[in-house]
Amino acid sequence: MSATPPAGTASLKLARSNRQSPARKRADRFGDLALFLVCAAAALLALLVIVLIAKEVIEGAQPAISKFGLSFVTNTEWAPPLEKFGGEGVILGTLITSAMALAIGAPVAISIGIFLALLAPASVRNVISPLVEMLAAIPSVILGFWGLLILGPVLVSTIEPFLHSTFGFIPLFGEPQTTGNSVFNAGLILTIMVIPIIASVSRDLFMAVPRELQDGAAALGSTRWEVIRGVVLPSTVSGMTAACLLGLGRALGEAIAVAQVIGGATESHLSLFRPGGTMASLIALQFNSAVSQLHTSSLYYLAALLLVIGIASNLLASWIGQRFGGAGGVMR
Amino acid sequence: MSVFGRPADEELDPTRPLVPTGNLRRRHAVSRIVQALAIAAALGAVAVLVIVIWAVVSHGAKAISWEFLTSGYPNGVAPYIVGTAEIVAIATLMAMPVGVLIALFLSEYAGRRWTRPVQLVLDVMNGLPSIIIAVFIFALLVAHQGQSGFKASIALAIIEVPLIARGTQEVLNLVPGHQREAADALGVARWRSILTIILPAASGGIVTATLLSVARAAGETAPVLLINSLAKGDTIQLNPFQEIPNVPVRIFQLSEEANPEGFTEAWGLSLILIAIILALGLSSRALLNRSKRKMSR
Repeated sequence: MSATPPAGTASLKLARSNRQSPARKRADRFGDLALFLVCAAAALLALLVIVLIAKEVIEGAQPAISKFGLSFVTNTEWAPPLEKFGGEGVILGTLITSAMALAIGAPVAISIGIFLALLAPASVRNVISPLVEMLAAIPSVILGFWGLLILGPVLVSTIEPFLHSTFGFIPLFGEPQTTGNSVFNAGLILTIMVIPIIASVSRDLFMAVPRELQDGAAALGSTRWEVIRGVVLPSTVSGMTAACLLGLGRALGEAIAVAQVIGGATESHLSLFRPGGTMASLIALQFNSAVSQLHTSSLYYLAALLLVIGIASNLLASWIGQRFGGAGGVMR
Repeated sequence: MSVFGRPADEELDPTRPLVPTGNLRRRHAVSRIVQALAIAAALGAVAVLVIVIWAVVSHGAKAISWEFLTSGYPNGVAPYIVGTAEIVAIATLMAMPVGVLIALFLSEYAGRRWTRPVQLVLDVMNGLPSIIIAVFIFALLVAHQGQSGFKASIALAIIEVPLIARGTQEVLNLVPGHQREAADALGVARWRSILTIILPAASGGIVTATLLSVARAAGETAPVLLINSLAKGDTIQLNPFQEIPNVPVRIFQLSEEANPEGFTEAWGLSLILIAIILALGLSSRALLNRSKRKMSR
């Protein structure tokens, strides 16, 4: 307390240096403006890139759009040498593989989220959480390569015949083929990709559910599961929906891994066990070897459709987060 | 009356243990089954990770040798590894400033009005399939002037920007408000306090986000496949304005050919790529934990 410096040279110097010179004031005014403008320019650049992407892709698709119009979506034939391009086969393939990835992946991922956020002790969570995130870090080309060489043969020798003989009456489970390259394989690879995304988002959601609400439900006599079903899940429905949309976006747009395992066919069929194609994988497989202007343009058309779906699902997820996120009062 | 589901006509025995019966027992059983399923799901995910990594390691180890790592096509893979490092480094050099500036805009300037739209743009950018970014750069730069590694770097930069921006923004929000207020109270100009106080405090997080985005970009295949896939890989290519041989495209091309020797090479490349990516991920995690501890002190 006694260390106050004498009101002399030191504090006077400080006061003098703090009185700003006009030059420094000018520099500060300029610096403030410059930094603001640079930051705003970076943000604008991001917007500009998105607008440019939409413009370039739609421009590239223009010839195909004017030739086929909306019937592109329902035409089944994709025959580059004959200049016939219809997207139904790959659009159907995209829907089937993504639906399969979500149907299997979402429940599993949400269970993982429940386990990590609510059931596991901290020491276990700190080990499993990074491992699940590591699954998301595996490059798609390696996952696809694994699916092609390891998963495919297993599927074709054991799992596909079993599913066909048990559920063969459903058109989805048709006759197995001799190669492991199939829509089924692609769906499983996408499932593996979707799980870590949904799992880590839902884990964070569940951890944000207030402890008092869970304790209150437990104090009223609920079991662990009843606390989860009655308190945790209802208060995070919107967040989980957004997480699933995020996963769906990933599944719809994955090109490389699907291209490796799906077999690269373009005809329209429902069987899971035959080779097929998705919009993104067809672009990856045929873009560099397109035989004509119209072929390239049709691939642009597929990209444009993907772009529209991708942006729409993002906006929807954001809207859900905004519309329902704050309303429940339980979520932050 | 019944207590704990015990029938009323049964004589009350105070020494009998309190075990749930009837409905309560069923509810406990359901709860236990669900918990077991949740544990099984987590173990399943870990099992898939272990199976994939084990396949890559066991097959890839057979391919790895000194010659494999140091010579070019057809015996080794050195040009691909150097090429990928080059493309990703250039992409990161472009993406990092932009990402950090966007994060600064969000945390320091945007205010209530602009935060949501800019955030939305970042989310859309982050959610764009990489194949679309590839098609975009192809249409803009490759269709008329041909392929080059630099153009692939631009595509990878577009993928990295939202990742870096989001990671940086998260740590910027962790910088304690009183540091800003202290700087304001001393009459320090806004830009000086941002550059000398806030950014240095967030530097650990910025490096973490950048490392994670590098890990993501290194494995991205679709952009390089469409924009930079013609190089043969017999020599190391250092000029970024030429086609640059690189790892992901090589793996993809080898997996499309049904050639056992090619498969071995692809496994070896996969092992190298996965080792690099996991090392980046682990070091970024360690760094993040350290900088978070430092900041909360």
